[in-house]
Amino acid sequence: MATRIDVSDLDIYYGDFLAVEKVSMTIEPSSVTALIGPSGCGKSTFLRSLNRMHEVIPGARVEGKVVVDGQDLYGANVDPVTVRRQIGMVFQRPNPFPTMSIHENVAAGMRLNSKRMPKSELDDVVERSLRGANLWNEVKDRLNKPGSSLSGGQQQRLCIARAIAVKPQVLLMDEPASALDPISTLAIEDLIDELKKDYTIVIVTHNMQQAARISDRTGFFNIAGTGKPGKLIEMDDTATIFSTPSIKATEDYISGRFG
Amino acid sequence: MTLTTEQQTPSGGPSSRPALAHGVLPRWAPWAVLGGAVLASAALSVTAGLNAALFAVVAAVLTGGGLYAWSASVEGTRRATDRLVTVVVSSAFLLALVPLVSVLWTVLGYGLERFDLEFFTYSMRGIVGEGGGIYHALMGTLIITGLATLLSVPIGLLAAVYLVEYGKGRLARAITFFVDVMTGIPSIVAGLFAFALFALFFGPGVRMGVVGAVALSVLMIPVVVRSTEEMLKLVPNELREASLALGVPKWRTIVKVVIPTSIAGIATGVTLAIARVIGETAPLLITVGITTGTNLNPFDGRMASLPVFAYYSYVAPGVPRDPYLDRAWAAALTLILIVMVLNLLARLISRLFAPKTGR
Amino acid sequence: MTTTTAGSGRRTVQRPGDRIFTGSTLAAGALILVILAGVAVFLLTNAWPAVAADPADVPGGNGVIAYTVPLVFGTLLGASLALLMAAPLAVAIALFISHYAPRRLASLLGYVVDLLAAVPSIIYGLWGFTVLAPKTVGLSVWLEEHLGFLPFFSGPASSTGRTMLTVGIVLGVMILPIITAVSREVFLQTPRLHEEAALALGATRWEMIRMTVLPFGKPGVISASMLGLGRALGETMAVAIVLSASPGLMSLNLISSSNPSTVAANIALQFPESSGLAVNTLIFTGLVLFAITLAVNMLARWIIARRAEFSGAN
Repeated sequence: MATRIDVSDLDIYYGDFLAVEKVSMTIEPSSVTALIGPSGCGKSTFLRSLNRMHEVIPGARVEGKVVVDGQDLYGANVDPVTVRRQIGMVFQRPNPFPTMSIHENVAAGMRLNSKRMPKSELDDVVERSLRGANLWNEVKDRLNKPGSSLSGGQQQRLCIARAIAVKPQVLLMDEPASALDPISTLAIEDLIDELKKDYTIVIVTHNMQQAARISDRTGFFNIAGTGKPGKLIEMDDTATIFSTPSIKATEDYISGRFG
Repeated sequence: MTLTTEQQTPSGGPSSRPALAHGVLPRWAPWAVLGGAVLASAALSVTAGLNAALFAVVAAVLTGGGLYAWSASVEGTRRATDRLVTVVVSSAFLLALVPLVSVLWTVLGYGLERFDLEFFTYSMRGIVGEGGGIYHALMGTLIITGLATLLSVPIGLLAAVYLVEYGKGRLARAITFFVDVMTGIPSIVAGLFAFALFALFFGPGVRMGVVGAVALSVLMIPVVVRSTEEMLKLVPNELREASLALGVPKWRTIVKVVIPTSIAGIATGVTLAIARVIGETAPLLITVGITTGTNLNPFDGRMASLPVFAYYSYVAPGVPRDPYLDRAWAAALTLILIVMVLNLLARLISRLFAPKTGR
Repeated sequence: MTTTTAGSGRRTVQRPGDRIFTGSTLAAGALILVILAGVAVFLLTNAWPAVAADPADVPGGNGVIAYTVPLVFGTLLGASLALLMAAPLAVAIALFISHYAPRRLASLLGYVVDLLAAVPSIIYGLWGFTVLAPKTVGLSVWLEEHLGFLPFFSGPASSTGRTMLTVGIVLGVMILPIITAVSREVFLQTPRLHEEAALALGATRWEMIRMTVLPFGKPGVISASMLGLGRALGETMAVAIVLSASPGLMSLNLISSSNPSTVAANIALQFPESSGLAVNTLIFTGLVLFAITLAVNMLARWIIARRAEFSGAN
């Protein structure tokens, strides 16, 4: 399931404004890659370009290539909708569909993709996903309750279950724990550690300790000033970046001199 | 796209994923289909003698069906459904434009016949057939609506202030509930109420301008209360607290700070309420009646009003009929112009004078 | 300055200005309740004579109930037709404005639809009679020919078009803007977060709308439809002018020249020339109409309250 991602010379534009400049990176399958950097440096924009969600804003476009499992996401004749079915996303604020029950939430992605699925098969998928998100034991008795009746941390795990239900190749997470309390944050981090066996995970975080804890590789983004494009400054194994970064800016950020 | 339940150890490896790239319709596809459908429908209309409405329906159906079929074969059914919905939704909007354009076109077409100076300066006193005008009706409408506004705005404004600034208990909840109820009163029922109220004091059969004004204010008050409430709620609490912290008593805070901040929105709401009732026919029909001459005294007998004038001229014309019908349409055109101007005024006020609340 | 002596009693000193002002706002609020109570009371007392009278004295000769029932039937028929036609159209238009139209055009388009709402009802009456009614004759004939086995279209098709069908269309056009406006507001309030969640799962635009916007907006759409229904129930002048009514008739036939009248139109047509018990009877029918619109409004409120759990307002 997990695949590798190759980004080559990616420029991200909003209209004429260059938001992110010339990013190149390789992400290994079954790994966790963290993207860190000060706010406004383009890491979320970059993350969203990996499943073409940034195109939701009118006028957004890219130049360059993002190759997942041998296919360029931005190739000719590629429909963003198809891309998003294969690359899942978890957002900063948990967003289970409020008008659906827990069961329906997890099944939502499946329902879109395969119309006829016998109920038992659907139930299996829901259970597998909820187990995979470490949520099954807490909700198995109330699958028909609304998705919004859970606590914040549980809601986020529900969103993760929803994302993995369709067995995506890659899981993108945009600051998934920043809206949660410390205990739920830890639960999510443990979950990410387990998920990486089956998925390639890219996570944006502004919490450096979190990046150090859970990621295998880390990329540091920075921005020269307001109105300038964001850039990938350095990307390396997490242990290396946090102990002996090669570039001064990285070192400054990590030691808290700015950001 | 089918999903395979993984049985082997999940890791990378050659995937059985479907290709990301697949057929996509060219960007000009929807317009091409539309053009084709219009042409085909036109041809069909000419040969089979369809009228304009059927032509449009056939064109719409052909566009939707054609686009769906083409898209389904190239892009798949999900995308095709998406495109079909886009066609349906756009057609709905175009369909809604039809009656609007027709109404405005009709009123303009018929109404302009009598848009002359005499029309606006003469009443119908002594007129049989040609000539005459709506001076009496115009005055009547302005006076009655003005009176209604005078009654409704203070009551509505103060009640809204009570609901927002003071009321927290059961009384407030009752008032809110009943204001909502009042918005649903049919206008004729409001007329009956005013009639019955005055019949109590003056006996049945009384017709006066002020009775109509009371009926209209029953319709206006809930609108004023609702919109004023909305506007008052938009005023940030920090403003009130700043004033109170300076030692200004609560009532002065409301009068000097809260209300002036929201005055533009309140004015907008009042203007829209006026626009709503100025065209009401039914309550005035039964409470104020109609006259041929000019009566400017709302406390003395019947008065004319624009909508009632238009009604009677249309359904009970004299002989010859045409001048009466012309006057009816011209009165209708005047009415619609007044309403449109009021609506525009309301939007202008809100656009120009509203403090930027950052919405 | 207001002086509060700390700890010595819980009431703050009230300034006279505060008292007067508070009192007047309270009075205004109470006045509203009084007015509404007044409406009910006056209607009741004036309707009562018709109820208590000898049925033979009441217009129609069979008492108030027999007089009122056909009118209520006609009112419900016309309003239901209008709602049936307007509600789906309004939802589609609201969706168009909120999710399909280019952003810059969206508010302009909203204004355009609101223009329909600004047109006074008398003008719809004149337009309906002059322009629309003749245009429906062709349709009525076709309906009678092809669907005449249904009680709705059993004909004979009216040659003037002054039918319940035309009234239904006119009322539908009149209530379209209010349903559209409220639905549009509700659709625009769908949280972006949920829309993005659906898109991130790989939904097309329509699928996203189906998954998030429509369920989220369902209570709002229902409430909007009820508002529209209420308006259609109480509409007077358009019906009075367009409809060719036969008093006392109850029929489902939508395309003939004999149609049931509606409560409101009947009052408007009969009131100016009525006196005595006839007036009381008309007021009785007005009371019944008031009760119906009240019930519709309360139903709308109840529906919203029931769905609050799933409404996403959390």
